[in-house]
Amino acid sequence: MSETDTPMIEVKNLVKAFGSKYALRGVSLRVMPGESLVIFGPNGAGKTTLVRILSSLSRPSNGTVRIGGLDLLKHADGIRRYLGVVSHAPLLYDSLTAEENLRFFAGLYGMDKPDERIKAMLQRVGLWGRRGDLVRTFSRGMVQRMAIARALLHDPEVLLLDEPDTGLDPQAAEMLHGLLSELSRRPGAVASGSAAGIERPRTIVTVTHSIERGLAIADKVVILANGRVAFESPVDGMTAAEFRPIYDEKCSPSAPPTTAGVNGGGR
Amino acid sequence: MERSSRTLMIFTALAAALVLFAAYMALRGAPDAVGLTEDNTFAQRIIYFHVPSAWLSMLAFGVTMVASIGYLVTSKRAWDSLAVSSAELGLVFTLAATASGAIWAKPAWNVWWTWDPRLTTYTIMFLLFVAYFMLRSAMEDPARRARFSSVYAIFAFLSVPITFMSIRWWRTIHPVLIDPNEGFGLGPGMMNAFFISLFSFTVLYAVLLAHRYRLERTKEQVEELKEQLGY
Amino acid sequence: MRFWKAVTAIIWKDIRAELRTKDIFSSMFVFALLSVIVFNFAFELRVPDMKMVAPGIVWVAITFAGTLGLNRAFVIEQDKGSLAGLLLAPVDRAAIYFGKMLGNLLFIVVVTVILLPLVMIFFNLSLLSWQHILVLLLGIYGFAAVGTVFSAMAVNTRAREVMLPILLFPVLLPVLVAGVKMTGSLLDGEPLSDVANWLQLVAIYDVGFTVVAYLTFGFVVEE
Repeated sequence: MSETDTPMIEVKNLVKAFGSKYALRGVSLRVMPGESLVIFGPNGAGKTTLVRILSSLSRPSNGTVRIGGLDLLKHADGIRRYLGVVSHAPLLYDSLTAEENLRFFAGLYGMDKPDERIKAMLQRVGLWGRRGDLVRTFSRGMVQRMAIARALLHDPEVLLLDEPDTGLDPQAAEMLHGLLSELSRRPGAVASGSAAGIERPRTIVTVTHSIERGLAIADKVVILANGRVAFESPVDGMTAAEFRPIYDEKCSPSAPPTTAGVNGGGR
Repeated sequence: MERSSRTLMIFTALAAALVLFAAYMALRGAPDAVGLTEDNTFAQRIIYFHVPSAWLSMLAFGVTMVASIGYLVTSKRAWDSLAVSSAELGLVFTLAATASGAIWAKPAWNVWWTWDPRLTTYTIMFLLFVAYFMLRSAMEDPARRARFSSVYAIFAFLSVPITFMSIRWWRTIHPVLIDPNEGFGLGPGMMNAFFISLFSFTVLYAVLLAHRYRLERTKEQVEELKEQLGY
Repeated sequence: MRFWKAVTAIIWKDIRAELRTKDIFSSMFVFALLSVIVFNFAFELRVPDMKMVAPGIVWVAITFAGTLGLNRAFVIEQDKGSLAGLLLAPVDRAAIYFGKMLGNLLFIVVVTVILLPLVMIFFNLSLLSWQHILVLLLGIYGFAAVGTVFSAMAVNTRAREVMLPILLFPVLLPVLVAGVKMTGSLLDGEPLSDVANWLQLVAIYDVGFTVVAYLTFGFVVEE
């Protein structure tokens, strides 16, 4: 979609209001191609709203979002193809089998011969053995693994993950972790069916509560509090122990509303 | 703000005067209809109230639809405020038209109610307005409320003429060209009173709409100020 | 081309899921049958010949059952967030509309096809002619075209189950009136040309509201 100096995701002064309630009060972010951003923040900070807007499911009240250099609102149809989203809801059909679900979405994404890719994804998330079972018979963790397979199915350029580790057992969380590390760090390592093109690291935005795992896969970290970017920094080997006091400070209820000046600190 | 307030006050006073004048014309100024029984001669004067109400309910509905399209195109909340303000007035005038129609129907046709095409259509219109408000009240997020009710208003308004046609054909297969309500025609004196009341009521509607719209906008501003102060 | 591929994918998915659970279908059918029976008892003692009210009963049964089906169709999309999954995909919103609408249409048609023979037995009349079928199809299409948009709205409101009929019935009235009139006339042995104006009315309704739905559906499903 774009060359290296244009940011893959560029958010400027994003505001989202639900009536008179503000979920986002002016968020600005840049994520470069191949960069992995992790977003932390307390409940109600606007994280999910931000991911929903980035994934084109929700329109901002104000501000702009550009993905791959294109305005998301104007080119949503073209951009959607390059987005892979894991959200709170699994985005799956209960009454279809695991394989049917993926086949359906492969069709919507216009994938020509999806069989191999579907197989690869199901194997990757450890559900190939259950491919013929209805999603409604799956446990929560299995549904979440399916949701991950669905999001990665069309080999998206940009991954938007809203608490992707919800409900996963330790092994599955490990699997997800490995998957994300591959996608963001090691070009070509992913079991992607298509041989076309050069494998690039994917651009990833992850919302999570797990500080250790989040920092481990990220190049850049952001704390969102009260609809604003309260902290932004490259990870650069920052450990969870170093990060936690910052998080606690920024997210404590008594923390003063941060000024816009902090936003510039990132890159 | 100050100046528009004053202008609105002037128009409000004007509307009040016009409506009073229209009422005088309707009750005293207009000549009696000829060839009717005594009861019906009095009852007939309801036409000066009934037809303007019916006309305004249509107009209000139309304004709601246009404002709804405006909202969908621009996403500006002001359009939604205008739509809901007009819809509220429409509901009132639809009710007024239906009720005055029923009151007139009793002496004229000896029943309070008949499934005449117009009566039925106005009842359906009333239900459409009611559905519109129920839809609005069943959602919290103002943006979604505005979008959904705008879409509904468009469907609803377009269905009204089709409904009217279908009900008219339903009673008699061949379209009725002359309304039973107006079958006796209006003499010149009655015509004057009729158009005066039509005009007066339309001004009344415009003034009420302006007031209602301002109220709605003020409400939104208060909400926003509250949010800004309280976060 | 991609448009219709997406449309068929959505229809196919709905059929697949429905064949497995038969949730929507069974509830619609049982409800339609129950309405016919309830109407039978409601009218039987007052109406000299049940044929006189049969057209009304058929249309009301289809409307009630269809409303039930429409409600279920979007509840399914909503509960697991799968509608969001559809919206994330690079497909036109209109394709989602036509996919869901044609699926709904198909379900209602299937229920009607099974209901009709029973009605014919119960009321001793014949509804098997191309004229009857045309009239029913046009009416059901209008129902599905408008109902799909409204059900997508209704699932996002409080009290979603009751919201749909409140929104739908007043707008649907012309179709219902025309349907009853046409089925009645055909049952009385009149030719289709006698009800040509009604047919036109429903056709205008169908085309007009398909266009409006096409234009507005995006506003209903997107935020």
